[in-house]
Amino acid sequence: MAIIVVEVMPKRELLDPAGKAVLGAFHRSGIEGFHEVRIGKRFELHIEGAVTDAHLEQARTMAADLLSNGVIEDVLDVRVEDSPA
Amino acid sequence: MRVGVVTFPGSLDDRDALRAIRLAGGDPVPLWHGTHDLEGVDALVLPGGFSYGDYLRCGAIAAHSPIMSEVVSEAHKGLPVLGICNGFQILVEAGLLPGGLIRNDHGDFICRDQKLRVESTDTAWTSGYEHNQEIVIPLKNGEGGFIADDETLKRIEGENLVAFRYLEVNPNGSANDIAGLRNNTGRIVGLMPHPEHAVEEGFGPDTDVAMKSGTDGLAMFQSVLTQVVSA
Repeated sequence: MAIIVVEVMPKRELLDPAGKAVLGAFHRSGIEGFHEVRIGKRFELHIEGAVTDAHLEQARTMAADLLSNGVIEDVLDVRVEDSPA
Repeated sequence: MRVGVVTFPGSLDDRDALRAIRLAGGDPVPLWHGTHDLEGVDALVLPGGFSYGDYLRCGAIAAHSPIMSEVVSEAHKGLPVLGICNGFQILVEAGLLPGGLIRNDHGDFICRDQKLRVESTDTAWTSGYEHNQEIVIPLKNGEGGFIADDETLKRIEGENLVAFRYLEVNPNGSANDIAGLRNNTGRIVGLMPHPEHAVEEGFGPDTDVAMKSGTDGLAMFQSVLTQVVSA
């Protein structure tokens, strides 16, 4: 069984306040080796049976239209992976 | 004049918006997100709240609701639409207003009586204000930081699409202190602060005159009634 994975990240030039808050927790935990944390999203689209080109095409469409907002985010990747389960 | 208010799953201020329309002298019409029926309203409010629990992005799932296809097509034909807070986020997600709204730069939810300057009075929702009038209405959001790329910001400023600007305090890190936008025709307006919470003495922000006496939001709902009558 396979899934389609969609990865979305906030645009590089935008402030990521949630990531900044997590970096603060790193520092409070005494971890100083990282200077930035950015939080993105991973979507797993599950499919009964085999992944077809049509599935991938629909996934790309929905990645652009719904799963991301091009004003504030970039779709980094749409790819097929083996299902974890 | 019939002014609709769409309730989405997770809307909070829909009843406040209906009340504001009534107090302004209009006929409030409750509408439901799951239908394709605007019931022939003369104007429309998308209210505040946390539609779909702010899942995915604020307003993103609501922007794909059944009723939004009618909202978008009627808005393009000139139906006056006001988006308040989550409603503003829905308008932005639906592509009816430019830019985006992200988490406040300080990371906290903020609730305060906010001073604004009305920068655009030739819209369906702001004609009842004086140009550059300063008003105070409540603001309450966690993701109200307005952002846009440089080119879009230049276009927004160049075409005078800023409807409201934050004064004294920028509460969420919004670019150019932008609190609200209008579209080119002035029929569509969106803002993060809540005019519907400042429409009746005794229940609004404090003023120099008396506690809770602020009603600076009422003119927004009165404006659209005049527009609709004169149209």
